Amino acid sequence: MNKIQIEHLSLTYSDGKESLKDVSLDIPANAISVLFGPAGGGKSTLLRTINRLNDLADVVSISGRVLLDGEDILDAKTDVIALRRRIGMVFARPVVLPMTIRQNLTYSLELAGERRMSRLEEATVRSLEQAALWDEVKDRLDEPAVALSGGQQQRLCLARSLALEPEVILLDEPTSGLDPISTGKVESTLQKLKEQYTIILVPHSIQQAARIADHAAFFLQGELIEYAPGKTIFTTPSDQRTQDYIEGRFG
Amino acid sequence: MLIRITAPKRQRARHLAQRLGFSVLGLIAIGTVAPILLVVVYIAIQGTPAISLEFLAGFPSNGMRSGGILPAIVGTFYLTVGTAIFSVPLGIGAAIYLSEYAAESRWTRMIRIAIINLAGIPSVVYGLFGLGIFVIFLQFGTSILAGSLTLAIMTLPVIISTAEEALRAVPQAFRVVSISLGATRWQTIRRIVLPQALPGILTGIILGLERAAGETAPILFTVAAFFLPRLPRSPFDATMALPYHLFVIATQVPGMPIQIQYGTALVLLVFVLSMNIIATVIRSRARARRQW
Repeated sequence: MNKIQIEHLSLTYSDGKESLKDVSLDIPANAISVLFGPAGGGKSTLLRTINRLNDLADVVSISGRVLLDGEDILDAKTDVIALRRRIGMVFARPVVLPMTIRQNLTYSLELAGERRMSRLEEATVRSLEQAALWDEVKDRLDEPAVALSGGQQQRLCLARSLALEPEVILLDEPTSGLDPISTGKVESTLQKLKEQYTIILVPHSIQQAARIADHAAFFLQGELIEYAPGKTIFTTPSDQRTQDYIEGRFG
Repeated sequence: MLIRITAPKRQRARHLAQRLGFSVLGLIAIGTVAPILLVVVYIAIQGTPAISLEFLAGFPSNGMRSGGILPAIVGTFYLTVGTAIFSVPLGIGAAIYLSEYAAESRWTRMIRIAIINLAGIPSVVYGLFGLGIFVIFLQFGTSILAGSLTLAIMTLPVIISTAEEALRAVPQAFRVVSISLGATRWQTIRRIVLPQALPGILTGIILGLERAAGETAPILFTVAAFFLPRLPRSPFDATMALPYHLFVIATQVPGMPIQIQYGTALVLLVFVLSMNIIATVIRSRARARRQW
């Protein structure tokens, strides 16, 4: 089943820097879809279009459709706030909000109007367990989140995006600043999470892409070059450019 | 075992030059601090003998040549509070607009230029402006209201620019994360940006008010009374104020005891300096606690 369908999406920023050119892509539910390719290829732009975070950026033109469960989220009538509650996001640099660990997790729920302590507590525990962080922080929930290590902070960011029980999780190079052990933790967490969520990830290396991709899309300068199951694309790519990139001839 | 290390000659010369350089820089630093210390110490020494309960809590008597300065202290307090009431909401609001909402455009550039120019206007011009607009045109009369409004306009540029700077210093990433979690712009500002910027904003407010509290020219035509035998009862009353009182007793009253002049100066100085110290404490404590 396809959770997200992207149809002929084109996008240009005012400085013309990174853009998308007629991208069409179906993203299945309960799987990890990986968007990879050299920098400036449009991967982050695509992620930020799916949760309309690009509304904050200087976008001059956008055309095409992005369907979430069949509804076009680019439509002017879309409730952007509600959309972002259905689509969680984790960024490359772990940015914990300047508050306690617990507050980081309950922030989005409180914004959504949740006041019941039991619900907030429940979401805190669940999301921390899902992000494989519970055991490490259960005794220090009311300490400032910045006191955590980089790897813990990134898992807290993951937990934070899970607190609202979203349907889709977008991850933009979530392990780029992490050591191999933390990276491994995040990756195995994602493998478990895909049973419940639709995951779209921009990996920080081809190795990572190959490790966890159920489906992988290769982007080059705003164009979708190839989209195939992970097993296929990393062993027998059909496009020469994909093969060159995977083999490390450029990028 | 004793090991003697003798530095080569050139290295020793370089060492000497460095020490000389640091000494010169140190002297320059002392040179900038010394006048301030001298002023404070001199006024403290000269003014302390005048300080007494009667001086702080009494009314002037004998043509201000004796008695206390209570009406001036109370007046300056009222004016500072009045200035804050008008300038703080307006200043923070403008700063939030400029930092968080307004896109960079000709319009915002014009606002910024206006703010910079506002800061450069001589204070006596504010006084005349206040006289024309608030006292005469709006018929507030010479009153605390007119004086506070005049001081508020003068204080605005300081508050706006420091508050805007404090808001901009909050990392952009916090805003993006908050928005991505389903917050509106205003929720992001209220729950993340403002709390983080608050110490910086408070510092700016206090520094602006401190300047307002010490100014003479803007209150000269708008609020200040030469002598009032009672405390002001409403915002439409005129009032005595410390800086103007000091000006009056230093220049307009023959046979004025020098002690009272320095005593008044000391009270004004303590008032202003303590605000400054509060601002410094807020800033350094916030910096120690800051999480980014």
